[in-house]
Formats: sequence, structure tokens, C-alpha cells
Amino acid sequence: MNLKQFGAALAFGLTSFALSAPTASAFCGFYVAKADTDLFNDASKVVLVRDEDRTVITMASDYRGDASEFAMVVPVVDIPEREQINVANPALVDHLDEYTAPRLVEYYDENPCEMRKLQRVTVTASRMPEPVMESVAMEAEDLGVTIEAEYEVGEYDILILSAEQSDGLITWLNQEGYRIPDGAEDVVGAYLKRGMKFFVAKVNLERHSGSSMLRPIQVAYEDDDFMLPIRLGTVNAEGKQELFVFAITRKGRVETTNYKTVKLPSNMDVPIYVKDEFGEFYKAMFAHQTEKQNNKAVFMEYAWDMSWCDPCAANPLSRSELRELGVMWLDEQGDQIDPIRPTPRPMRSRPMPQAVDAFVTRLHVRYDGKSFPEDLNFQVTGDRENYQGRYVLRHPWRGDYGQCEAAGEYAETLVSRWDKEADALSELTGWDVEDIKQKMADGGYSAASVGVAPPKEKKKWWQRLWGNG
Amino acid sequence: MGVKDASLKIFKAINVDARHWQIIALSGLFSVSFFTSDFGATPLSLLMAVTGAMLAQAFGTVFANARAAPRKAPSGTHWRVSRAQVGIVGWFAGFQWKSALITSLGLTILLRADSLWFWFAAGIIGISAKFLIRYKGKHLFNPACIGIVIVSLLAGADAWVSPGQWGQAPIFAAFAIGFAALVLSSAKRLDIALGFLAGFAAMLVGRALYLGDPMTIPMHQMQSGALLVFAFFMITDPRSTPDSRTGRFVFAFAVAALAAWLSWRFHIRGSMLYALAGLALLTPILDRLLPAKRFQWNSKEGHSNEPETVRGRTRVRPHIIRA
Repeated sequence: MNLKQFGAALAFGLTSFALSAPTASAFCGFYVAKADTDLFNDASKVVLVRDEDRTVITMASDYRGDASEFAMVVPVVDIPEREQINVANPALVDHLDEYTAPRLVEYYDENPCEMRKLQRVTVTASRMPEPVMESVAMEAEDLGVTIEAEYEVGEYDILILSAEQSDGLITWLNQEGYRIPDGAEDVVGAYLKRGMKFFVAKVNLERHSGSSMLRPIQVAYEDDDFMLPIRLGTVNAEGKQELFVFAITRKGRVETTNYKTVKLPSNMDVPIYVKDEFGEFYKAMFAHQTEKQNNKAVFMEYAWDMSWCDPCAANPLSRSELRELGVMWLDEQGDQIDPIRPTPRPMRSRPMPQAVDAFVTRLHVRYDGKSFPEDLNFQVTGDRENYQGRYVLRHPWRGDYGQCEAAGEYAETLVSRWDKEADALSELTGWDVEDIKQKMADGGYSAASVGVAPPKEKKKWWQRLWGNG
Repeated sequence: MGVKDASLKIFKAINVDARHWQIIALSGLFSVSFFTSDFGATPLSLLMAVTGAMLAQAFGTVFANARAAPRKAPSGTHWRVSRAQVGIVGWFAGFQWKSALITSLGLTILLRADSLWFWFAAGIIGISAKFLIRYKGKHLFNPACIGIVIVSLLAGADAWVSPGQWGQAPIFAAFAIGFAALVLSSAKRLDIALGFLAGFAAMLVGRALYLGDPMTIPMHQMQSGALLVFAFFMITDPRSTPDSRTGRFVFAFAVAALAAWLSWRFHIRGSMLYALAGLALLTPILDRLLPAKRFQWNSKEGHSNEPETVRGRTRVRPHIIRA
């Protein structure tokens, strides 16, 4: 069964975005809603498990609006069987998100008069979303639109639609109470001309458990084209869309073939106060880096062998979690099923390797129709080089900097180190470097706070050269 | 000596051989890829490709010379030097390091792999194919193209073509470099590059019109690093493309059509490389149907003294007999 091309559209009555920037929600589609609520697209999370032409897609959202306004419209190539569709536990995607999220690492300087030791703690930018929802009802009517299949899967009612004309389909969807944005005709028409069908899902309130969370929809399919349709998401003029793609393969890193893939800058030392506003930092950094790439790049935020992590933003996924996400090759190797989640490791120890033949790539895209006119095409590469978005906090040692010579020297290195941290933060986020320094000084990270010569003007090099300045 | 004279002198020195322009341009593209992409070409992979290509070129040259030597023996020896010198020089006469370097640069810019040996293998395969797969004195496959195609087919996901890793500014710069190099090196071959680009663009625009897509989509699709290197440095290879201009246009359009079809139907990334490799047999057919004067490198100087690969029968340069 050949089912390809997923782009989705969810109805989102998202009111607040809070600080969960990296993990927020929305879908790579346009919003369709019944009510004139203040809809605007946020982020979607898509997990793509890929091996040869076998693919499992998991589409998750942090939808927090009225469930009756939730709908998803996805172009697909073929009509999936009922068994190819599943609903997943939302915690799976959240776990994957946390595992791959950019991370802060903390190091503590020891007394410079003694040996220096390092200690670290990680903080991730992830937050658990707490969506609330109800649901919608739909009727059938013929407008050149054929209902190819009708499934009830979990809390969702799913229709697979084919149509002669895009306007017929759009009219029908609008009659059914979906709000298809203006300008969708061309995009829908282009998918129809390629012989594609539309996968439409909405929540059935009767079967909805009433839990606050909508579960991700999964579809297993085979297709040689490894891509994600995002064009529906660009129809809505509500600005840029946020998309996270978590691609899990046997081979290695996944990259986009029709857009440049860029590594998110990483491994910088940043001021301590970033810990308290890591969400803000991450959002600002992503926005700034996106601009630097003329809004045209796909950012790689994580690429790692899923057997381990260092440092771990969250534990590696267990085999059963991976299997639920669609990692179809685990059982095929005759491996034993291991339903036990890896236990949390004590700090400062490396995670225990759990031999899992899976490599995850986390891609982050902020797109609109102008900068990303085409759907995302991917390819699996053999590159297994680990990469992570990692930012370092170095806590200074505090004490009497006069107690030994090393301590005095240490205090001076602190000052230049903080300057570098401020520059790095400014470079990453585009924040004003003077503001950063002020904020650091307020927090006690300034020359004055360690009793080093007051931060007056630095002598010019020639003044230092001859000592006559 | 004025700056003008000096630069004129440099220009002339470079212009002696059309391949000099290509080497300069490809080095520029290599640098663009290396400096502007997180997943770009690396010097180490270039080194491996050069090593592989030069090795194969050396073997091929020696092999070709050995085959040619007995036939030439009666014509007498021209050199009065020591036996050893004659031996070395003779064996390596016509060693085309420039062509091998061009091949290495081209495949390094396009090919990505998880082991350095893949670039080495691609260099060897590309150049070996140049010596081994020939028809009427012309090699059938563009060496870089066939090297990439075979390695990526054999290696699966371990070696891949990375067409999309050029930002917008780098891609425009790269297009300019490629175009300039082509104009400078051989205006004769501009036809096939532009023919291919026009044909491929027409396919993309036609499809966009059919689907009702905005023109930004074909515009975006044309901004591909693979397309660029391919159009300016592979399909323009005079030795593996038809001799006549009409033949070249036919060839270019055929490759463009096949490339478009492969990418739409089978979703192959970097499909033009496969199209060119697949249509290699078309060149001798077109040469037969539309015969024309054979291209020789250095044709700017009015005479050809250096065929790209040694062709036993019609060697023009004074050859050397092993004593």
C-alpha cells in the first residue's frame, strides 16, 4: 500500500505559546476551523521512521484549543487500509522531543587553589504541553468528492477523500464546516493533479476520552519518495509555520535535498542567566539564525545514535517506545523485546549503551510560502556523526580571590571569560551586547564582583607596550 | 611591467589550455562548498579523489602507451637520453593530470560519503571507465559522473549526492563562476550547457503550469548545486558528448527529459547524473547520424597536440620509444 505525502492541517485555537518554544505545536498544514477563533499556526511535530521505502509517520500537535475545532487535512498518495492507521501515545513524541532538544550544560569551577572538578546538570528547553479539546462532527455530500474510505481510529473519525476538482473538494469541506483558507485551491489542485487523495481527520467527541490531550495519528506506508508536504501549511497567511521533524533511520543522518540543511550553532559558553530564560534564548537564537540564513535553511538541532546521549536531555527511548513510534526493523533482527525503560542514570555518568540500531535527526524549520515554495524532500545519508545543540554554563568559583596566586589569576580569567560569553550570546541571539553585560553585572558576573580592576577603559596596546599611557 | 601587462600575461598563460579555466572554476566551487556549507566538500575527500583518479590515470596511460609502443617502434626514436629517462617519460607520455584533477574536483563537490574510501573509489572508477569503456576513440562516460553514479548505486546510503546544500547567495556565485569558466574555456560547449539548462527549466516550468504551481517552485528547483556542476562541468565534457551542435542539443534535451522523468517518477535525488550515465550510448549514435569534427583540447592554439587520452592510432605528438 502506497501512501505518501503527508502534510497536515490542524485547527489550532492557540492562545499562548509560553516558553515551550522548541516543542510547541501546530501542523504542517493550514488550519481548518468552524469558529472564527483567533487561529494561528504554531509548531507541528512529525516523526518519520524510514527504512528503504517503508515509512511510519507520526503527526503530533500541542493543540490546546477547542477539540470541536480540530481538524487535520493531509494529502496522501494512496488509500490506506485501516490497519495502516494508528494513534500513538503523545508521551512518545514528547519523550523524543525532550531527548533531542537543545540542552544546557552546567560546569562548576572548583576552588582554583585546589584541583578543578567539573560537574554538570542538564536543562532542556522542553516543556510538556497541556492541550485541551473537544470535537467536531462532519456530514457527507457529493460535489465531485468521493469518500474512498471511512475509519474510526481512537478518538478520530478519518475520511480518505478523492476529488475531481480542488474547488469541489474545498466547497465540500467548507460545507462540512471546515474553514479552508482562501488561496488553498491551487495547492489542493496541484496535489489532486498528482493523483493524490486527502486524509481528513477530526475528533469524535463521543469517543474522546475527555483527556486534555489529543493523541498523535500514525500512518504506516511504503513509498520511494521520502518527503513531507508542507505547502498546505503555507496557505494560511498567519505568518510563518514552525515544524519539527524527527527522522529515525538505521543508516544515519537525514537531510533535506531541496533546501540547505544547516547545523544550529552549538557548544558556546553563554552567561549563567540564560538558564533562567532558556526558552527565550532558544527562541531568539533560532529566529536570529534563521534570519542569518535568509529564512531559507532547515536547521539540524540534533543528530545522534539513539543508543546513548551525552549529556542526556532525557533518557534514550526504550525499544518498546521506538517500536511504537514505528521503528519496524527492531523485531526483524530477531532481537529480544525489552519493555523496560532505561532507568535514569546518576549524574555525571555516561548513559548505559543500549544497543539500538537507530539514528535520530531533529530538523527544525520555520517556513512560509515565500521562502519554502516546495514540499520538503529528504534523503537518508550514511553520515553517523553525532551532533547536538549544546550550550555551556560555567559557574565561577566564589571565594577569596586573594588566598593564593592561582585564585587571583583565576579572577582575571573570569572577567575575560564573561566578556566572551556576552559576545557569544549576542552573536547567537542578536541581543545587544551591552544589555547582556548589564544583565550579567546585575547578577554578579562583572569585574567589580570579583574585585578585579574596575571595568574602566582598557589600555591601548601601545600604552601597554611602553607603559606611558 | 604594468599591471595590465602582467594580468594579460597571466591570462594568456591560463588560456593556453581550456582546462585551466575549469580547474580554477571548480576549485572556486569547491571552496564555496567547503566554506559555506556544514555538510560541504572537504579537503581530505578531495585528496582521496585526486589520489584515486591520478592512480587510475597513471595506470591507464601506461597501459595505453604499452599498447601503442610496438606499433610505433619502426618509426624510430626521437630522444637521445638515458634508458631510464626514456622509460619513465615514455611510459607516462600523455599523462593527463589536468583531466584527472577536473574529474576529482567534480566528484568531490557532488559526492558525499561516510568513508573516505568512497571518493578514492569514485576517482578510480571514473578514470578507469574513461580508459576501458570506449567507442571509436571516444570514452562513453563522463568520468566524474560515472564515478558518482556507480559508487552511489553500490554503496546505498553510505554514499550519496548532496544537491541541496548550497545557500542562495553561494548558488548564484557558483552559477556565475561556472558560466564564466565555460565562456573562457570553450564557447563551443556553451551550447550544450545552456541547452540542457533550458530544456530542464522547460520541463520544470511545464510541470508547474500543469499542476497550477507558482513559478517560485521551478525557480527554486533550478537553484541546485548538483544541477549547476552538472550543467557546466559534466554535460559539457566534449569527449563524452556528440561532436555536432545539433547532436549536442538533441543529447542535452534527452538528458534533461530523462532527468526530469527520473526525479518525478522515481524521486531520485541528483537524477541528472543518472540520466547522463544512462544516455551515454546516445553519443556514438548521434555521432554516427550527425558526424562532425572531433573535439581536441587546446584547439584554441589552432592545432591539437594533446588528445585527452592516448589514442593509439592517431597520436599526433611525437611519441617516445622505449629503448
